[in-house]
Amino acid sequence: MGVNPGIELIDKNGKRTDGRKVDEVRPIHIEAGVLHRADGSAYLEWGNNKVMAAVYGPREFNPRRFQKADKCVVRCKYNMAAFSTSDRKRPGPDRRSQEISKVIADAFENVVLTEKWPRGVIDINMEILQADAGTRIAALTAAAVALADAGIPMKGMVAGCATGKVDGKLCVDLNGPEDNYGESDLPVAVNMTTGEIVLLQMDGHLTGREFEKALDMTVKACDQVYQAQRDALERRFTAKLDELEKDTPAPRRGKQQEAKEVVEAEVA
Amino acid sequence: MSQKRELVIAGDAIGPASEWKATTGCKQVGDVVVALQSGLLAKYNGKVSVIPLNGSYEPRAGDTVVGIVSEANPGNWIIDIRAPWDAPMHVSEAPWRVDFGETMAYLRPGDAILCKILFVDGQKKVQVTLKDRNLTKLEGGELMEVPPVKVARIIGKNGSMLNLIKEYVECWLFVGQNGRIWINGEPDEVLLAKRAIRLIADEAHLPGLTDRVRAFLEASKPGGVDADLFTEEE
Repeated sequence: MGVNPGIELIDKNGKRTDGRKVDEVRPIHIEAGVLHRADGSAYLEWGNNKVMAAVYGPREFNPRRFQKADKCVVRCKYNMAAFSTSDRKRPGPDRRSQEISKVIADAFENVVLTEKWPRGVIDINMEILQADAGTRIAALTAAAVALADAGIPMKGMVAGCATGKVDGKLCVDLNGPEDNYGESDLPVAVNMTTGEIVLLQMDGHLTGREFEKALDMTVKACDQVYQAQRDALERRFTAKLDELEKDTPAPRRGKQQEAKEVVEAEVA
Repeated sequence: MSQKRELVIAGDAIGPASEWKATTGCKQVGDVVVALQSGLLAKYNGKVSVIPLNGSYEPRAGDTVVGIVSEANPGNWIIDIRAPWDAPMHVSEAPWRVDFGETMAYLRPGDAILCKILFVDGQKKVQVTLKDRNLTKLEGGELMEVPPVKVARIIGKNGSMLNLIKEYVECWLFVGQNGRIWINGEPDEVLLAKRAIRLIADEAHLPGLTDRVRAFLEASKPGGVDADLFTEEE
């Protein structure tokens, strides 16, 4: 929420700096199952945001003093790469990334069936490769797809979006300049099956009426995000199935078999 | 399995609870049955379940699994059974008389064993045992790993798929419920068995699997094991 150096964030036609309308979400593309070493993974591009998320586990939580006897812990790590912003980001955990890791972990603890794995832990790592406002929600969206890809039972998919106030108008899904010079930002994440809000934060000022309207706009935008998540998962699983539907490949000949054939040919 | 099964994502409503009884991978929430996992929908006889396409092994008492010793303590071994939790095996569950502190003389870290899950308690504390018929330390052979969710297809109904492989491949084959498979035999035979198992694991959720596996094996080794015997006699 910096001081605007004179950028016109919304023009006379009601269009924003990137040509979007106030209720338009930036284009989203998600790819599930991109990392083979992880149990589940997803890569997300949301406007200029690029996020990689990986899920490991469930596995035993060590050291044991952190274990919960009756459920597993969801441990998140949100990290911005040093090259993700225009000024180099000092690497390592800071106050902001710790906070974001915590709120995302809390959001997922509400949807993952944690009681299935007492004494366990599910690790979710989110790496912001390129940042352009709304990275916490982008990271959470990617992480939800990675969790589903890992086959972890959940009460529902989590999708999120943010709404902010720019030049006195409410706008969905703020971009970089709007986030920097806008008046407010309201990131929200929703369990898409039950409609429960699992994450809600606010930066700046909104009146009560504005808050309610912003919340409505965000929840509506979450539907689009959810659709992108579904598409990614369907692509992931149907690609798997389609790939397999091809004819059975001809058996490859082993080295020994080839050698045997050579010997037989020579003998003949 | 004659038609394509429907794909569901975690949280999807499957149908009214009055029509369908929720079993594995789904749950009744109010009046509807909701999927808890992403996977393929299986509806049968008024019951509905979700066959996961991914996921970890969940140990159940009585399962026979292939474990790998990860630690040898004075009074027990810690066995990695590919579950979220490590499974200790007390010396009293070994078929040998092991003196205190002598565990390393019998099983060392890295050794593979064919063991059984003795019990799993509410806190998911798992104990395994080697004291039963056919349970043993595995020596020689090769280990391969497949996703635990595919084990059911590799074994087949009443072991039908496994028997099919054995018709064509002459080797020792053991499939653990945790998706670890131990194969022992001649290198060519082991290779063929591994390829057949990989094929099943990759195509586990498609119809007509048995036919494709048979076609693959037939193409690789016409006539199967019996043909070998026949040519040898000749």
